[in-house]
Amino acid sequence: MENLKIDGTPKTPTIEFNLEEGKLLIRGRSIPENSIEFYKPLIDKLEEYLGTPQETTLVKIQLEYFNTSSSKCILDVFKKLEKIKSNGSDTIIQWYYEEDDEDMLEAGEDYQAIINIPFKMIEMEEQ
Amino acid sequence: MTIKLLDFYNLMDQDDIILSYKGDVSSDLVSSVLQIIESKMDKLEEPSKIRKKVYNVLVETLQNLYHHIAENPGLSSKEEVSSVIFLIGKSEDYYIVSTGNFMENEKVNQLKERINKINDLDTLGLKEYYKKVLNNGIVSDKGGGGLGMIDIARKSGHKLAYNFNKIDDQHTFFSLLVKIGE
Repeated sequence: MENLKIDGTPKTPTIEFNLEEGKLLIRGRSIPENSIEFYKPLIDKLEEYLGTPQETTLVKIQLEYFNTSSSKCILDVFKKLEKIKSNGSDTIIQWYYEEDDEDMLEAGEDYQAIINIPFKMIEMEEQ
Repeated sequence: MTIKLLDFYNLMDQDDIILSYKGDVSSDLVSSVLQIIESKMDKLEEPSKIRKKVYNVLVETLQNLYHHIAENPGLSSKEEVSSVIFLIGKSEDYYIVSTGNFMENEKVNQLKERINKINDLDTLGLKEYYKKVLNNGIVSDKGGGGLGMIDIARKSGHKLAYNFNKIDDQHTFFSLLVKIGE
């Protein structure tokens, strides 16, 4: 299975999905006009991975901004991760937010309330 | 052209308007406006909290305009109703993002009800409503699905001010005013 790497742009995040290591990173800004199109390769890759996932799956979400068009796609990503978890992979989501960014912390908590995967909230110092 | 540029300048100046635009909305325009306002807030050394809220509200309001026109052939095909207007202002205590666009008369009631419903909710109510809509499984073509206005209200922390002006038997002009800050 090939890994997935998408370089970030001013409107879309960097995505790195290493399937052999069971590591997924989403970092940057996610404010595209068409989020479904942007997230499709990742959703497809997760679909490919979920049949035979690694023992552990570590997910790092490090978003500076995301629009509401992305928020449903991010939920779809998390729903795939729920399946990965129920297929036996020990899955954890690390949700990063900048110091004082209560809105981003709250956004993570909103997902945490919906998704049945352990979340770890990690505060970063302002860059 | 009858407008005097100095009058226009004074009007913008007296209302503390940083940026105003009238015309078509493209994806590139959204990017440019975001960049302009971001560097403006950098220069003003706004606290990152305010900066992020303003940025978020701008993304949602401008992309609302973009999708509204792009996905509605009844508007995008007619030059006289495909233009939008928006203003971004800053007074001492808060930022203002205001947008205006044409819409079809039959959609007015639905939008009015949605905004009123949002305005009736407090912070906690908005959070619950957001989660409910986030998880309702309904997705529009481009991914949104009714979250935009709720998010704008959450980030604003104020009630959404709006106005509907009926233009003719087909179209209404909708204006929205979002206040961000204390």
